[in-house]
Amino acid sequence: MTTTRVDAQVSPARVRRFGAIYVVEHKLRAVRAFFWTMLATLFGTPLLYLFAFGVGLAALVSRNDAFAQLTGVGYLQFVAPALVVNAAVLVSVEEFMFGILQGFMWNKSFFAMSATPLTARQIVDGMMLYVGVRAVVTAGIYFAAVAAFGGALSPWAVLVVPIAVLVAWAFSPIAAYSSSLREDRSQFNMVMRVIVMPLTLFSGTVFPLTQLPVFLQWIGWISPIWHGSELARQFSYGPTEPLWLSVAHILYLLVLTVLGWRLTVVIATRRLDV
Amino acid sequence: MPVIAASELTKKYGETVAVGGITFEVPAGESFGLLGPNGAGKSTTMRMIGAVSTRTSGDLSILGMDPDSHGPEIRAQLGVVPQQDNLDNELLVRENLLVYGRYFGLPRAAVAQRADELLEFAQLADRAKAKVDELSGGMKRRLTIARALINEPRILLLDEPTTGLDPQARHILWDRLFRLKERGTTLVLTTHYMDEAEQLCDRLIVVDKGRIMAEGSPAALIREHSSREVLELRFGSDRNASAAEQLAGVGDRLEVLPDRVLVYANDGESALAEVTWRGMQPITSLVRRSSLEDVFLRLTGRSLIE
Repeated sequence: MTTTRVDAQVSPARVRRFGAIYVVEHKLRAVRAFFWTMLATLFGTPLLYLFAFGVGLAALVSRNDAFAQLTGVGYLQFVAPALVVNAAVLVSVEEFMFGILQGFMWNKSFFAMSATPLTARQIVDGMMLYVGVRAVVTAGIYFAAVAAFGGALSPWAVLVVPIAVLVAWAFSPIAAYSSSLREDRSQFNMVMRVIVMPLTLFSGTVFPLTQLPVFLQWIGWISPIWHGSELARQFSYGPTEPLWLSVAHILYLLVLTVLGWRLTVVIATRRLDV
Repeated sequence: MPVIAASELTKKYGETVAVGGITFEVPAGESFGLLGPNGAGKSTTMRMIGAVSTRTSGDLSILGMDPDSHGPEIRAQLGVVPQQDNLDNELLVRENLLVYGRYFGLPRAAVAQRADELLEFAQLADRAKAKVDELSGGMKRRLTIARALINEPRILLLDEPTTGLDPQARHILWDRLFRLKERGTTLVLTTHYMDEAEQLCDRLIVVDKGRIMAEGSPAALIREHSSREVLELRFGSDRNASAAEQLAGVGDRLEVLPDRVLVYANDGESALAEVTWRGMQPITSLVRRSSLEDVFLRLTGRSLIE
């Protein structure tokens, strides 16, 4: 049997342009290792939550006139955009913790990558892009379920998907933290309990932030989840807030994203240069 | 023109000097070794040559380029086999090659073809669809080497390629590396095994504590720094030192180790006859040819593997 030899030269120039995309290719190929778990999570989580909140809790809350007066919508419509945002956040927090730690410590794949023409910046860019891809898929499927349950009142509600991606990215400071870890001493349990859990619970996800006493509301103000959920609600059934506040939501999420991203690049660059 | 030229190459981590100003050149096609104990600065040197570790001072030129300014261009021409395998265990064996090849900007079709050729070369073709964690240590090592060859590198860097492998796996690996050498690939390898250095290296530098102690071909180093033969005598661990006193004058030089006494002599058998004539009765005696281990011992006063 004869085969034609495919002649091809290595091309640092092409890597300079598409390096981050190659990292995404790599990561997506590795998804196969946990594909079934991921698929079950992707479709199972929205169903569970929508049944629990949208059907179970909503039946109770909808009987309460105070809630309707406060938000102007049914409970399902209120909770749906925030659930989509939270789902994307779970994916990104997972990748920004375990995905990063895996690359630096568990299988050291970032070190393998850094021996190629890739730069540390491209490796980090690739991880951000990959988190973006996973967030789009997660939020997209979740939104479809929400719409099927009647949780979306306007076609604009679909904008919750890009918003969820932005919120997912806004957790990138966690990636910077993970990149700085030199040993695995279950610091992530602490991150989950002390940072992610409170940010989820006190971010106006299942009840309006204004229901909290003022001395707890600040948790919502610093939480990307609150900013994202409120922004998504504007498109889903709003407006319920002044325009400047919506702009502030976007700016806050962008600042966190860029800050965490750049910081991760700096730390990763230093760490891979050993 | 040499493919690697290092001059006063230095790497410091804070106050610690890992590589303390080493100078060497490697011409194209040569098989060049860095021999030294753990912590000698071999791996650090390799990472600087690999254009991932920034040097603290000195000059370094790889394929005519400075790694500080042309890291990606240099790395595009290198194959790197790190001391610890860093294969992606979430990918299958063949996928590790496919993914890696893309990082060199190679089209998918070319990578796929090379991946199959390299799996043949690494004798892993029947494991293409296996999980990485199912491979033995030797197979993982061969896969890492196959991965390092996906871009048809001009220089292959191997950091301790056979450490931790059983003798059979080592010989398979040496055979593969020897074939690469025959094809003209420049090999740079670190090792603390002198048999490996003797097998694979045309020329080597002996490194200790970040400095070059000696340089030359294995044969020349042995000729220069050791005698032709060595007589190894064991008198029992508590008697070696006192026995050494009675051995004064036998051979050219004595080396007293905790477990044995080494007598360096051009003719080991006649040295042994002299020992017997003096009425000494070693528990065991052995005459062998000098090795790089002896060169290292001579140069540093220490064994390679401690």
